Amino acid sequence: MRDFYGTQLKNGLMLGTAQYPSPAILASAFAQSEASVATVSLRRESGQNRAGQDFWELIRQLNVHILPNTAGCHSVKEAVTTAHMAREVFDTKWIKLEVIGEEDTLQPDVFGLVEAARILTEDGFQVFPYTTEDLVVAERLLHAGCEVLMPWGAPIGSGLGLNNVFGLRAMRAHFPDTPLVIDAGLGLPSQATQAMELGYDAILLNTAVAKAGDPAAMARAFALALQAGRLGAGADPMEPRDMAAPSTPVIGKAFLE
Amino acid sequence: MKILLNGSPQEVPETTLSTLLENQGLGGAKVATAVNGAFIPATMRDDYLIQEGDSIEVLAPMQGG
Repeated sequence: MRDFYGTQLKNGLMLGTAQYPSPAILASAFAQSEASVATVSLRRESGQNRAGQDFWELIRQLNVHILPNTAGCHSVKEAVTTAHMAREVFDTKWIKLEVIGEEDTLQPDVFGLVEAARILTEDGFQVFPYTTEDLVVAERLLHAGCEVLMPWGAPIGSGLGLNNVFGLRAMRAHFPDTPLVIDAGLGLPSQATQAMELGYDAILLNTAVAKAGDPAAMARAFALALQAGRLGAGADPMEPRDMAAPSTPVIGKAFLE
Repeated sequence: MKILLNGSPQEVPETTLSTLLENQGLGGAKVATAVNGAFIPATMRDDYLIQEGDSIEVLAPMQGG
């Protein structure tokens, strides 16, 4: 697997920490998935309940890489300021950069994304940009200093899977050396397998696991699906063909007419 | 003086950002701060004197996807 800013991950599963029924179920999902990265966020803290402090203790115990996000940011300034705050709190250069451009689809504002990526890269961040499969935008992100690309599979939280397989395949072919992560939109383990079969390095998901009836079981299913996809992709799959080709040898077949 | 702390109006004495956090029960907490939309690193909180009308954000680790 390609490395992520010099870090070799033990697997390609990046798992979100939101929307679980309880902290215990979150921990169980991480244990079952063996995810190598946890995505986290920043929100307002109150001195009365100190919820963030308890959450941080839980995350520390997961013993995974931390990838803070700028979720909910709609402007470059907001995203850049959030990234700086995240770097201090989580003590990491990694930032999952989201600049949201549209509310219905939570589609990234790719213009703001490129600008924010450039600003943050110049300031020493290692940016994981949440983007689309647009190749021109991807080129701009790499030019801005990104060494990882994270195209969406489908809108965040939709569970629709890989909406544009052609575009994602083109992206893999166009950037053979860049670590690519499918970020958002996955709903089923089979879609994770498909991402690996396309040659992607990792997937980032949250809702599909957290909102499943049994998050821990679903987390395990995604882990196994990733393994299956990676093994299959590495086993030099056959080329599909339009017409049938008998798999059982015809030579030696009895004449029984 | 009046400030906005995480979006809520508050009446606070003239003080530094560090002392404000302590008074709010967040002394030593794992938080990041911003004032009027600008990040204030932890190392600068002792030096930042809160001004009338400041909008202060105090953020902590939270669940995210």
